[in-house]
Amino acid sequence: MSPEPYDVAVLGGGNAALCAALAAAERGARVIVIERAPREFRGGNSRHTRNLRCMHAAPTDVLTDAYTEDEFMADVMRVTGGVTNETLARMMIRGSADAPRRMGRFGARFQPSLRGTLHLGRTNAFFLGGGKALMNSAYAAAERLGVRVAYNADVIGLSIRDGRFESATVRMAAGDIEVRAAAVVLAAGGFEANLEWLAEIWGEAAKNFIIRGTPYNTGTVLRLMLDAGAEPVGDPAQCHAVAIDARAPKFDGGIVTRLDSVPLGIVVNTHGDRFYDEGEDYWPKRYAIWGRLVAQQPDQIAYSIVDSKAVGRFMPSVFPPLVASSIRELASAINVPAGTLTSTIERFNAAVRPGTFDHQALDDCRTEGLVPNKTHWAQRLDTPPFHAYPLRPGITFTYLGVKVDERARVVLKGGVSENMFAAGEIMAGNILGRGYVAGVGMTIGTVFGEIAGRGAYGG
Amino acid sequence: MADAPEAGLKTRPYSDAMRKAEHEMVVCNACRYCEAYCPVFQAMEQRVTFSPGDLTYLANLCHNCGECLYACQYAPPHEFGIDVPHTLSKLRVESYESFAWPSFAAVAFRRPWAATLVALSVGAVVVASIANRTARDFYGVVPHGVMVILFGAVGVFAVLALAVGHRRFAGRTIVGGRAARDAVTLKHLHATGQDCVDAEETRRPWRRWMHHCTFYGFALCFASTTVAAIYHVIFGWIAPYAYTSVPVVLGTLGGLGLLIGPAGLFLVDRRRDPDLSDASERSLGGSFLVLLFLTSLTGLLLLVLRETPSMPALLVVHLAIVLALFLTLPYGKFVHGIYRAAALGKFRREENHEDAKISKGTNPN
Repeated sequence: MSPEPYDVAVLGGGNAALCAALAAAERGARVIVIERAPREFRGGNSRHTRNLRCMHAAPTDVLTDAYTEDEFMADVMRVTGGVTNETLARMMIRGSADAPRRMGRFGARFQPSLRGTLHLGRTNAFFLGGGKALMNSAYAAAERLGVRVAYNADVIGLSIRDGRFESATVRMAAGDIEVRAAAVVLAAGGFEANLEWLAEIWGEAAKNFIIRGTPYNTGTVLRLMLDAGAEPVGDPAQCHAVAIDARAPKFDGGIVTRLDSVPLGIVVNTHGDRFYDEGEDYWPKRYAIWGRLVAQQPDQIAYSIVDSKAVGRFMPSVFPPLVASSIRELASAINVPAGTLTSTIERFNAAVRPGTFDHQALDDCRTEGLVPNKTHWAQRLDTPPFHAYPLRPGITFTYLGVKVDERARVVLKGGVSENMFAAGEIMAGNILGRGYVAGVGMTIGTVFGEIAGRGAYGG
Repeated sequence: MADAPEAGLKTRPYSDAMRKAEHEMVVCNACRYCEAYCPVFQAMEQRVTFSPGDLTYLANLCHNCGECLYACQYAPPHEFGIDVPHTLSKLRVESYESFAWPSFAAVAFRRPWAATLVALSVGAVVVASIANRTARDFYGVVPHGVMVILFGAVGVFAVLALAVGHRRFAGRTIVGGRAARDAVTLKHLHATGQDCVDAEETRRPWRRWMHHCTFYGFALCFASTTVAAIYHVIFGWIAPYAYTSVPVVLGTLGGLGLLIGPAGLFLVDRRRDPDLSDASERSLGGSFLVLLFLTSLTGLLLLVLRETPSMPALLVVHLAIVLALFLTLPYGKFVHGIYRAAALGKFRREENHEDAKISKGTNPN
């Protein structure tokens, strides 16, 4: 790698990083992208994504109907409970309108709305082939524009003087090098893959967490920035966690480890007890709370149990269910006390009120007199074979990040940095103080990536 | 969900390639990011489990465009090791073997180059034994009646063998008009608006165009032969025909297509990322392309040199190669066209079935 000074150094290799690199390179900047992953696993968590959320006033080739700025803003307010910087949130929303077209300039392709994705076809534009295909096209565009990409390159130090970035120390197979640049874009994600950091917050329980995405998001750049006096933003103790199949790989299991059976049956912990209303709301609206719920159970494990009536009613899962012809047999398969499980299911079955089952609607099938009750889709578990899926918390991303201003410049304790910018998950906490709504992470990365890239070269 | 014709297939055991394909389809079906690329994933989504019959159908539906490998977050070196184009490529060749009739001929799919050499040897021996190389005109070298009997018999056998294979795969179903159009336009090699990939982010039209040259070249040569047969039988006009005659013009254009197309496909396949297909399928394709190329090359040489003393020798060589081509048609890459068209037909039928279900199953607004 050339030791020459670059105009822009981009730390990170996901969507936000590449949007920044492309925006700067398009304007003639000499850009280097420092990606920690090997080439095969480049792209951070963007490689596991599928779409981005876009406002639009009228139907487009990739989005149906309309999704206004105010509706988008209302969705952000709803999921964050108001923990957002409204100015930045509105910038993101306005910037999203043109995002598919701008991404298309760099080779990104989108798919027309299809069966199965229709419920998101109004608000979210889907990448043809998903996030890895998007990243492939972005890297190819970067290559055409002369951007240098260093893979297997780990940022281990930042040289910052008087609030200005001077260089980054990068550890590579050949040794450590100093990368100098007139400006830097921090786009290295959160710390969700850093098990020690997670353990500082969650204690012993963290060892049972599964990381849904890249193992390379260990938060080294975030930590370096916080240590250098960057203003933090977002709750340091929070992460987005969903309940996923416990048999998922420790890292990088991505979308397929998702399990959609929860609302169709009951969920018990390792003692055989239910602990939450499985039918509280539509699964896509509730699945994000189940990571935390499972994390709070003994040994951070739970079991979704359905009977044969539910088979074929939820998206196929990648791991096969544990199947048993009786509750006792099932209890032994999942190693839960048979007596407790049997009595949990007997009490549940006895509490189910008559109703008309409709898993497409918030139906009137519910239990009465249980703690906790199941408020929709409650049907007796009485038709063997019984199926069980083990669940563990699967961490998607963390909220802690660095504070930025409206030009995506990093806010330090002493004031705003003139040549340090941030984009993507590392600053998403400015907009998403908590909560999540599908596709908004990619929108933040795309819009602020471009703002950061532009700002880093020529303003 | 599956059509009745595959009832027989469902009892077949899973091969290793099928086990791998089943694993991959289960992962893909839980992901579905590739659903807009091609019919393979759309057909997959109609299924929850994957029988050998389902997997064979999906394998033959795949055009090996390659997009889903590069788009896959689970592609090697990920521990899930998903490489759908490669897995389905291997499974396709296995399915050709399993449908081959008579069954012992399936060995040709395992050793395509050897099978080609054997066919060429047989062709050479047979044609040499009936040819009179001292003659000056075509039918002096091989009498017309002998040619008709020899190639007619081999041709009828090839059609029969192909028909049995089709029956074993697709039962009594017939490929509909829309599916036939999907096949002959190679719709799914560019249905997303861009051509298929040779390597990551490398989309070029050559594979499609070269396939068109090959397919339509073959069709023109077939048309040329048919017209010539009509000339001979109905009008009593005896070959050789003038350079401007219909059979010669069709044959020349077709022959050029069969030079350019197979040569182009051969080069494209050599340059393509080897992760995209199985070596068994590449050998199958390569040997067929060589045979097509030689057929066309010797045919065109024969046309140019038909009034020189080398005509008899060239005719013998050409006929030997054509005989080898006929002999290997049911036991080589040619069969992919039959099974691909049948799979596309099934896909269109399932699609209609789905549309019917949706229009019945949802309310009007």
